[in-house]
Amino acid sequence: MKYIDEFRDGDLARGLAAAIRAGTEATREYRFMEFCGGHTHAISRYGIIDLLPESVRLIHGPGCPVCVLPIGRIDQAVRLAVERGVILATYGDTLRVPASHLLSLLRAKALGADVRMVYSTTDALCVARTHPDREVVFLAIGFETTTPPTAAAVLKARDEGLGNFSILCDHVLTPAAMHAILAAPDGVALDGFVGPAHVSTVIGSAPYETFADVYGKPVVIAGFEPLDVMRAIHMLILQVNAGRAAVENEFTRAVTREGNRKAQALMAQVFELRDDFEWRGLGTIPHSALRLRAEFCDFDAELRFDVRYQPVPDNKACACGEILRGIKRPQDCRIFGTACTPENPIGSCMVSSEGACAAHYTYGRFREAAA
Amino acid sequence: MSAPYVRPLDLKRGRVDLSHGSGGRAMAQLIEELFARELANPYLAQGDDGARLTAPAGRLVMATDAHVVSPLFFPGGDIGSLAVHGTINDVAVMGADPLYLAASFILEEGFALSELARIVASMAAASREASVPVVAGDTKVVERGKGDGVFIATTCVGVLRPGVDCSGANARPGDAVLLSGAIGTHGMAIMSVREHLSFDAPIVSDTAALHRLVAALLTAVPDVHVMRDATRGGVATTLNEIAHQSGVGIRLREEAIAVPPAVEAACELLGLDPLYVANEGKLVIICPPASAQAALTALHSHPLGRDATLIGQVEADVRASVQMQTRLGGRRMVDWLSGEQLPRIC
Repeated sequence: MKYIDEFRDGDLARGLAAAIRAGTEATREYRFMEFCGGHTHAISRYGIIDLLPESVRLIHGPGCPVCVLPIGRIDQAVRLAVERGVILATYGDTLRVPASHLLSLLRAKALGADVRMVYSTTDALCVARTHPDREVVFLAIGFETTTPPTAAAVLKARDEGLGNFSILCDHVLTPAAMHAILAAPDGVALDGFVGPAHVSTVIGSAPYETFADVYGKPVVIAGFEPLDVMRAIHMLILQVNAGRAAVENEFTRAVTREGNRKAQALMAQVFELRDDFEWRGLGTIPHSALRLRAEFCDFDAELRFDVRYQPVPDNKACACGEILRGIKRPQDCRIFGTACTPENPIGSCMVSSEGACAAHYTYGRFREAAA
Repeated sequence: MSAPYVRPLDLKRGRVDLSHGSGGRAMAQLIEELFARELANPYLAQGDDGARLTAPAGRLVMATDAHVVSPLFFPGGDIGSLAVHGTINDVAVMGADPLYLAASFILEEGFALSELARIVASMAAASREASVPVVAGDTKVVERGKGDGVFIATTCVGVLRPGVDCSGANARPGDAVLLSGAIGTHGMAIMSVREHLSFDAPIVSDTAALHRLVAALLTAVPDVHVMRDATRGGVATTLNEIAHQSGVGIRLREEAIAVPPAVEAACELLGLDPLYVANEGKLVIICPPASAQAALTALHSHPLGRDATLIGQVEADVRASVQMQTRLGGRRMVDWLSGEQLPRIC
């Protein structure tokens, strides 16, 4: 397939692997965090670890939308679907995230709640149009990639006078999470970031400059194909070797410094910063998430149905928090692969294929068996 | 036989109603004017509660399969042809020649008779093409809202080929793993016409009866150890079942597994892995390494096995894992499917 096969080519991968090996200095370790779940997934699915020298260590970051949602946010959606009888529409992975009382949206559906999986906000609007007699709530999750489509849907709903449509807004911001990881007192030691792909198409590369300038960490924005990731690792190694810290862009076919101005304008028109937001694993981070502006409050399901956020502590045995901060690896969690599996996830990182635990369980756990 | 019905069944505008499952005149008419007419054969013509069959020499194989696919019609087939192929294939992969089919229909009140007629005609065509007659059947009607148009359960009986011993428990370290063609078309053909998702893709389901391909294979290579049709859960799930049942590991080479470009593109778009997408006309074959070439030659001789490839081998592995060398040169597990990738595809 054009524009895909080129970025999964085995010969090119072997060439890049050789360049990476040749570029690493024997006396040091290279610790890079791939922020995005999309990168985590690509690394696991294509077995990129096998092509890297041992001195290069990849640390999974928190960039998986469903992984960073705290239990209380899923509880809000479950309450809307079960107690208020709304049609709750959301993206597929969100359905399986564990909520309180042994529920998830999928289990709520099995109990009779009207929960629907949609592939896009356009589908969610369609559900609202075809059920004018029902309240339809779209559980809007994700980083800056999925935010503009939510903004567009809200504007469309307003223009159409779609009074039965609202959103539960859990959109979060990437740079805020990167700040939190670097500023944490017990933070993970990092030599640089493989920077977000799709998020950066929207926000551009400029927002990462502070991580290079202030924290001295190189950032290389990379696409989600395996060769993108390998090339970004090579670029990071060269920066580290040279003692440089800059924002570089491997994903030039989609990302510019400024990003997508139109998408940014849409977001700014519809959303504003929340004062703070609780993330799973990262705790409460100021100015790290979005809510609807006052003029769109009719579309805010939190207000419309008065479902307030109530924090709920994570399962004590679950190490998702430390895994999301890069302090632990999935296999370091004592319930990984035993009590917590993709069939019965206890932590959110075991839910989405982009979650560090699910990716390692699905694609990589044979490595421990061999060790 | 003189028909006791004043007016013929209205196959253009008529709809299923509860009387079609009542056991009364309406049901008799539906059976006579639709099912018996389309599926016509001497066994059904006996008109009794069961079919009298001549017992063949040897051991029998029997398999049953319920079909609930949505939508009922999809590029390359429909629930009728699928119900014939799916159950024939279950018998064929045991190393048996399928002989007879039975079919049960659960119809939803209000279902258009025109659509039912299309489905039964398609079923009859598939049965004729496969030379496996539908010798017995049943019809029930459920109230509107209690079904989804039509569900079809079929049962197939076949006779085991002498000297053949195919079982999911028979894979041995060193065995070759073969795949009869490109994967993922059935699942993605269904996805392409799902109402909330329809996308334009030139993808046609591979639904087909595989018993003749199996016969060609077993004639050339009677010592096949395992055969499975890789349906729900795709090739990955089938291989995990075999690895688990035989207590062995399976090692694949990604580059040997063919995925049509349209399937690959659609999977890419929807975030699916073609290894887990359903097929309805693809065989996974595990045989001794010395027979692998003969097996490939036999498969290539049949249109349904034209693109067969050697995709990997069996290894000793107490964890019974399926692993794959990726195109990139790394390794990954090919795990059991977790959760539901695509509901109601067969």
